[in-house]
Amino acid sequence: MKKFFEAIVRGVLTCSGFVTSLVILLIIGFLFTEGAGLFNEPMVEEGYVLALNKENDVSSLTAEQIKAVFDEDIVNWKEIGGRDMPITTFRLEDVERYFTVEELGSEYEHVGMCIASLIARSPGMIAFVPQSMLPADAEVRYIDDSTISLSEVFAGTEWFPTATPAPLFGIVPLLAGTLWVSLFAILFALPFGLSVAVYMSEVASERMRSVLKPVIELLNGIPSVVYGFFGLIVIVPLLQQGFNLPVGESGLAGSIVLAIMALPTMITVAEDAMRSCPRSLREASLALGATRWQTICKVVIPSSMSGITSGIVLGIGRAVGETMAVLMVTGNAAIIPTSIVEPLRTIPATIAAELGEAPAGGAHYQALFLLGVILFFITLVINMSVEYISSRNKYKLR
Amino acid sequence: MKIEVKDIDFYYGSFHALKNISMGIEQNKVVAFIGPSGCGKSTFLRLFNRMNDLIPDTRLTGQILIDGKDVYAPKVEVDVLRKEIGMVFQRPNPFPMSIFENVAYGLRVNGVKDKVFIAQRVEETLRGAALWDEVKDKLKASAYALSGGQQQRLCIARAMAVSPSVLLMDEPASALDPISTAKVEELIRELRKELTIIIVTHNMQQAARVSDKTAFFYMGEMVEYDDTKVIFTHPRKTETQNYITGRFG
Ligand SMILES: Nc1ncnc2c1ncn2[C@@H]1O[C@H](COP(=O)(O)OP(=O)(O)OP(=O)(O)O)[C@@H](O)[C@H]1O
Ligand SMILES: [Mg+2]
Repeated sequence: MKKFFEAIVRGVLTCSGFVTSLVILLIIGFLFTEGAGLFNEPMVEEGYVLALNKENDVSSLTAEQIKAVFDEDIVNWKEIGGRDMPITTFRLEDVERYFTVEELGSEYEHVGMCIASLIARSPGMIAFVPQSMLPADAEVRYIDDSTISLSEVFAGTEWFPTATPAPLFGIVPLLAGTLWVSLFAILFALPFGLSVAVYMSEVASERMRSVLKPVIELLNGIPSVVYGFFGLIVIVPLLQQGFNLPVGESGLAGSIVLAIMALPTMITVAEDAMRSCPRSLREASLALGATRWQTICKVVIPSSMSGITSGIVLGIGRAVGETMAVLMVTGNAAIIPTSIVEPLRTIPATIAAELGEAPAGGAHYQALFLLGVILFFITLVINMSVEYISSRNKYKLR
Repeated sequence: MKIEVKDIDFYYGSFHALKNISMGIEQNKVVAFIGPSGCGKSTFLRLFNRMNDLIPDTRLTGQILIDGKDVYAPKVEVDVLRKEIGMVFQRPNPFPMSIFENVAYGLRVNGVKDKVFIAQRVEETLRGAALWDEVKDKLKASAYALSGGQQQRLCIARAMAVSPSVLLMDEPASALDPISTAKVEELIRELRKELTIIIVTHNMQQAARVSDKTAFFYMGEMVEYDDTKVIFTHPRKTETQNYITGRFG
């Protein structure tokens, strides 16, 4: 009977361990397949083509060039490797500027013919039209329909997923935003967090501790929207006045809010680590004539280093992955930040803000999954590097 | 007299742990504290270097003089005092540092910067603790790579490095095997030439082997304090007699 019971318990434990691992693997696999799908997507919107005059010898364009052309930032073919002639752009909605209703036909049945002839007679034209509309024998050249390339995504400096004809999925600004905000958040949180942890574990009286500790743990339970709200109402206006900024929503506001959010975890974990430093070590140090502060700096902190670092990592993890509060206070401008007082945008905020409007299965949707994968890697790298650092401490306690 | 204890009473909260203790200890002597568990030996020992200051809600009356100076006088700087009075604990408690740094620690926290001097002092004290030959090739290794007995000798070396004039040892050999114990006892006999030693022990033979004088404690009182020979051969009090012959405790 007892054996049977133990077998059941073991079975349940094994099962739950197995299921959990499987779920985690599935999530990761799902992220990866969805994210990798981005690189199979055509650069230009599905079903559309970019058609040129037969004489034009430009055969391929990058997404950024396409966007610049249609934004009229590039106005001459020689800027993008063609002959010296002005560019005219053509979108379907322009068709009535060139043709009368009679020419197009009452049911628009001649529209393909018209556009084909228009392209044939204007040497500098680039037309963005549905492929099915143009007759198969149209006298036009098509821009090669390449897929979205790795370099466009990972080295691209513009994130513009709704641009037509070619959306831009450069993640550099988002990556920079995320790292920038997290870095500053840690820079703010670290000195405060460590000092409070040292204070709580070494200086505060038992009474003080019994009040402070629950309060700090309570801070951990406050939902991040509330922190975001606080940031929006208090920190953002304060920064705007303090630094004389056009807008207060900025990376700095984000890092301050994140620092506040990371503090409770950092403090409690680091404090627990320091308090668990054996009394015998403290006594040994004091008995050698070390002062209390020497003991803290040279014995207590070094011997609880692995606990302190895990506190810091948990804090960083929160900063890197935090969505709501950052979304509310950073201003969400997808530009590469040059200073911390500019608006910027982080990866999680982008995913949260855009997933709702991205059609499932489309390039934009897959790009957001790719962002998820990247986020996953960032946290993975942070965790592993810290693991590595703390494992290098040769003088571990037993 | 190196150390004079006058009318000590000590309380943990309302618990009267030490009752009216007075004794004198001469320079370069080894004094053993014996007595059943919970009789207050550790409490008493920790009064000499003010380790009990760390425990909240304790109270002391009476005086302890070392070299004629009151240990508990208000102007005494505790860290200076503790450098003068070394301590070795019951369990080896090396720092999570290298062997070298463990011994150098006391010098460093007391402001010694001279690297050559530190290296010299580390070697000297490790030799003094009969550990040098075993560790001289791995000074940079973690102290936790040593055996328990080696760790305890390292802790003795660590305490000796700051040149104290008194060494307090709280059951220094209780966690060690017989061979390591013999080495520690040998060490105590050597160290006596340089300083005054107070050692707490549960091991009667050990007290008999290493000490010049022995104090027997019982329920917070010092029952008898005399030459070790006298205590172990002709104790005056029956409690002492019973304890050393193993009839209670
Ligand atoms: N921190 C403390 N708070 C309250 N009471 C204490 C404290 N430390 C010791 N005591 C009490 O004081 C008495 C003496 O303790 P002490 O540790 O000095 O005994 P000991 O003689 O060293 O015993 P052992 O041989 O077991 O080490 C004991 O009754 C113990 O319960
Ligand atoms: Mg004891």
